[in-house]
Amino acid sequence: MSTTQQPPGGLEVAEVEEAGPAVPANLADERLLQEKGFAGALTVFRRRIQGGDLGVLPVLIGIVAIAIVFYSQNPTFLSSRTLVNITLFAAPIGIIALGVVLVLLLGEIDLSVGSVSGLAASIMAVLSVYQGWPVWAALLIGMATGAAIGCVYGVLFAIVGVPSFVITLAGLLGFVGLQLVVLGPNGTINLPDSWFVEFVRFSFLSPLQSYLLVLLVVAVYAGGSAYGIQRRKAAQLSAPSMTGVIVRSVLLAIALGYLAYYLNIDRGIGYLPLLFVLLVVIMDLVLRKRRWGRHVFAVGGNVEAARRSGINVTAIRISVFALTGFFAALGGLLAAAQLTSVSQMSGAGDTNLTAIAAAVIGGTSLFGGRGSAYSALLGILVLQMIQSGLNLLLVDSSVRFIVTGAVLLLAVSIDSVARRARSSSGRG
Amino acid sequence: MTDVLSPAPPTRASEPVLSMSGVSKRFGAVQALTDVDFAVHEGEVVALVGDNGAGKSTLVKVIAGVHQSDAGTIRFDGRQVSVSSPTEAQKLGIATVFQDLALCDNLDVVANLSLGQENVRGVFLDEVEMERQAWKLLRQLSAKIPSVRIPIAGLSGGQRQTVAIARSLIGDPKVIMLDEPTAALGVAQTAEVLNLVERLRENGHGVILISHNMADVQAVADRIVVLRLGRNAAEFKVADVTTEQLVAAITGASDNVVTQRRDRTAGSSTTSLDKGAPA
Repeated sequence: MSTTQQPPGGLEVAEVEEAGPAVPANLADERLLQEKGFAGALTVFRRRIQGGDLGVLPVLIGIVAIAIVFYSQNPTFLSSRTLVNITLFAAPIGIIALGVVLVLLLGEIDLSVGSVSGLAASIMAVLSVYQGWPVWAALLIGMATGAAIGCVYGVLFAIVGVPSFVITLAGLLGFVGLQLVVLGPNGTINLPDSWFVEFVRFSFLSPLQSYLLVLLVVAVYAGGSAYGIQRRKAAQLSAPSMTGVIVRSVLLAIALGYLAYYLNIDRGIGYLPLLFVLLVVIMDLVLRKRRWGRHVFAVGGNVEAARRSGINVTAIRISVFALTGFFAALGGLLAAAQLTSVSQMSGAGDTNLTAIAAAVIGGTSLFGGRGSAYSALLGILVLQMIQSGLNLLLVDSSVRFIVTGAVLLLAVSIDSVARRARSSSGRG
Repeated sequence: MTDVLSPAPPTRASEPVLSMSGVSKRFGAVQALTDVDFAVHEGEVVALVGDNGAGKSTLVKVIAGVHQSDAGTIRFDGRQVSVSSPTEAQKLGIATVFQDLALCDNLDVVANLSLGQENVRGVFLDEVEMERQAWKLLRQLSAKIPSVRIPIAGLSGGQRQTVAIARSLIGDPKVIMLDEPTAALGVAQTAEVLNLVERLRENGHGVILISHNMADVQAVADRIVVLRLGRNAAEFKVADVTTEQLVAAITGASDNVVTQRRDRTAGSSTTSLDKGAPA
């Protein structure tokens, strides 16, 4: 099943290097097991799973299981209409969860994302409806409020040294109160039609646009991978095979194409979920491929090491809290537009804990340094699917809370078991 | 990451690359260092030994810029310097590998080696270039790391030490301080790290090795400086010192279990190397 290659030993490496790229530098160690071809790829995959490097596998299995369970109870669960609704309703809290992922990567927590989202929505509504501000200006102030609150958290945490749990717990309480003050005696503000409400509620890609987008995504993926392979080869490092890239690109094209087709049967891909996915992809690239993201992981992994490497730990912390506040506000504004109203209940209730649960269910560690932007996407999908499914079955919301709690517990348990497997197999 | 390890031939004749004289440091009522002299040449491994509380750590921290000495002079590369901060020390060319290694367990070897000095190509990090430089660095040390794409948490203690030492070489320091590099390592891993120390010497670095392990010290050091109670207690060339003499110098007593045993077996007496206060 596997082919183990015997590259030359340590002494010969220097000669090899001068002679030419016979063995790539990163494969020169004779202890490294190497797998070739499709069977080899399977072996590597199996080894990773056994070693506790589960990645997104548990969440994907969870999504499939949820789909099967609800589909068996009510076939309309997998109808285009339900799925489009899931994408629409997942997006606002998903964006809040994206901010939570960032702060979790530092090993910190923001308990106030819900109330910050509600406060931002209230400010936006009061400015645009009562004060007659243009919608864009009101939105800008709303988002700036979130970012500013995040900045204050960051300063209190990074410079004053108050634990983030306490700061954001205080924020959670304080901003609920501030939201009541902002809304005034009326309590509920209905948002009139505007381009913003139109964007959130009724804007969808046309089928042609959606297929072009799928093509673009696949082309960027394939092109980027091919470029990476070519650069690695040029640097005399081992590179993944081109066949693998082609296979993955084709699979990606089929999956995305079918998804687009299926959603297009109903309203199609909404601008709102598109914005959410776009933000996730951007944050993923920033976290993995930009210096700032690398430093976020470093601070989350070992603050002292990060500081000694010359990383400005304070700046990283403040910027992360500011971004979390910004995403919370943005999510709150979008949620308000989705409901076309802002009330004392905006951002209250389960918004907070759903966003945090989504980040954790998606696979971001609570202890910092491990996770991905995609965990916000996957986690909120799981939770929104459960909510939509239970709504379809006309189950009371009490059941939803219990189920969500159970899923959260399950996700963290899987992560804990996987962490044990990781530490015993040396994957950290 | 910049190019490192210019293999300068070891020259011993000239001035030491780092020398300290009359260094004193007081913490409140505790006189941690009193009038300590210390020097290291290029291409030389100097072991710094002493019992707990002898002032090793304080001296290391003074050199690394963590603490500032109250009195005394530090000369580096021929000029008098003041090492006012760790950054200052690094800028001068003094690298320190502390016992906690300061690596990010969640990041891979490449990320750790390039941390804080990442290569950027266009908008994104240049992973290929960083990986290439990581391999170059590790190969110069003949370091045995099977893959630079596994997180640090997946490496053995010796391999982590190797990565930490490799990391300290970025920026081409003249002096490298290793704080207890072999503590908590197995036999094979210890040998690996000691090989690395040899390699640093061959490459012309001055190495300061802090250790409790007499066997390690005698295996790789050229000179051994013994501190006791914050003072220079003794200094030996490694060729003409025995473990017993070292232990005697460290404990400050010619009368201890090691010498007693030797006295019993050989029937000889030891000469006191005591120069400081009586223990």
